[in-house]
Amino acid sequence: MQCQSCKQNTATIHLTEIHGGQRHEMHLCEACAHQQGLAVKNQIPLNELLSTLLAVQTQHYSGGGSDEMIVEDIECPHCGMTLKRFRKELLLGCPADYEVFDKALRPIIEKSQAQNTSHRGKVPSKVPDDTRQQIGLLGLRKKLDAAVKAEDYETAAKLRDEINRLQ
Amino acid sequence: MIPNDLSSRISKWFDGSGPGADIVISSRVRLARNLAGFEFLPCLTKQRKTDVLEKLKDAILSLDIGEDVFFVNMADASSLEQDLLVERHLISRQHARGKGPRGVIIAPSESFTAMINEEDHLRIQVFQAGLQLKECWEKINRIDDMIEQKVQYAFSGEYGYLTACPTNLGTGIRVSVMLHLPALKMTGQIEKFFNAARDTNLAIRGLFGEGTDAVGDFFQLSNQITLGVSELDIVSEFSGSIVPRIVEYEKLARAELLTKQKNAVDDKIQRALGVLKNARLISSKEALFLLSQIRMGVNLGRVKNISITTINELFMLTQPAHLQLNKGRPLDPDSRDAVRAEIIRSKLCRN
Repeated sequence: MQCQSCKQNTATIHLTEIHGGQRHEMHLCEACAHQQGLAVKNQIPLNELLSTLLAVQTQHYSGGGSDEMIVEDIECPHCGMTLKRFRKELLLGCPADYEVFDKALRPIIEKSQAQNTSHRGKVPSKVPDDTRQQIGLLGLRKKLDAAVKAEDYETAAKLRDEINRLQ
Repeated sequence: MIPNDLSSRISKWFDGSGPGADIVISSRVRLARNLAGFEFLPCLTKQRKTDVLEKLKDAILSLDIGEDVFFVNMADASSLEQDLLVERHLISRQHARGKGPRGVIIAPSESFTAMINEEDHLRIQVFQAGLQLKECWEKINRIDDMIEQKVQYAFSGEYGYLTACPTNLGTGIRVSVMLHLPALKMTGQIEKFFNAARDTNLAIRGLFGEGTDAVGDFFQLSNQITLGVSELDIVSEFSGSIVPRIVEYEKLARAELLTKQKNAVDDKIQRALGVLKNARLISSKEALFLLSQIRMGVNLGRVKNISITTINELFMLTQPAHLQLNKGRPLDPDSRDAVRAEIIRSKLCRN
């Protein structure tokens, strides 16, 4: 596509403005975009890109009322992470989050991983039966912390044995 | 805990040796891993962070990786020591300035490091001089196998190695090369390179200096996609196709400069030499900028009697933390500029 301004270079900057429901598109080369005061960054930092994707997604879902709605204040029962916190910090709280927030995460993973959604590559020789065991361990540790806090040392000892057995 | 001579010598992978090292200074492969049964860092309590640190530290220190590795507890390291490790690319700035129980294990040759409790529980890295990504991958894969015998990683059949940030999911691999591309920059073609990198899902950033404002024409190119592609495919694409193509472009640009703008190139190089051999005060930014031009001059055969190792050494040893640790005391920026100028003069004028 040719730059609308200089009509010489290839347009690499594509702007879409929406004013009162009217869509207006602009296609410029980097030099013309720069001249018009539109800052051009060489590289969008990954975090920024991810926040943008997340913001778009939130808008998208906040409009609908279907079952596709993503509940923002779901809390992971294992680590206490919420989607809201993840959208702010861009980091998850535990392995189980990938299941707990599956619906919200899937499109984000697709976008940041060039539409890939399943692992190809190295597999550890000691793969657990499934992720449930890992999640189980997390739950046990949480219970252990609570038992220690409550000074219930009998339960704590049992939990510790159970954790050691699974590890 | 940090060996005394670390600040006074150049890293092995930065010494200008290795295949294609005039353009590809070094190769690095990093793997992100987390322990099964532990929360990721954002939700990990201080006590549990200590548990992770101890567990991984014990596991890795007990491995036989061919040299005696050492452990640095980041919470105990001075800020100068932390900066030294950042300047040597052994740890990230985030790790240096982070909070809570965290550490790094370093091989004395600096070809291997393991950051514990950075963004993920474990981030291991392997470095080599020149374009040697396959060698990096083979070595890191071997080390990863050994660690895995001692601990259990968080892994899912669908998503692979589970990481705190979904952008590292799957293989958890980050493959990167350090490139010196002065001719592409001089001939105004670097933008093309940036665009091509972006289109193919590669990340590029300046090696020295902040953001993309690369000082001294050094760039780091790395993969962004970690899921759905195997480690070996990523490594092979980098070393077999992407990097050789960039090297080819840089070589063409260098040849073009020599045929069409020989005087301009010589002028730039000689002016850079003139300043570096005579300046009494020089900032790290200016030093990087001028050393980069001399580096190209040496590689083009326009500068005799100065080795690439000497230039690389100056890049490394004139950084702020290196200067201060070698002087044995903290220096304010003005004194640093004077010391830097002195070191550069003594190294370049000896030749």
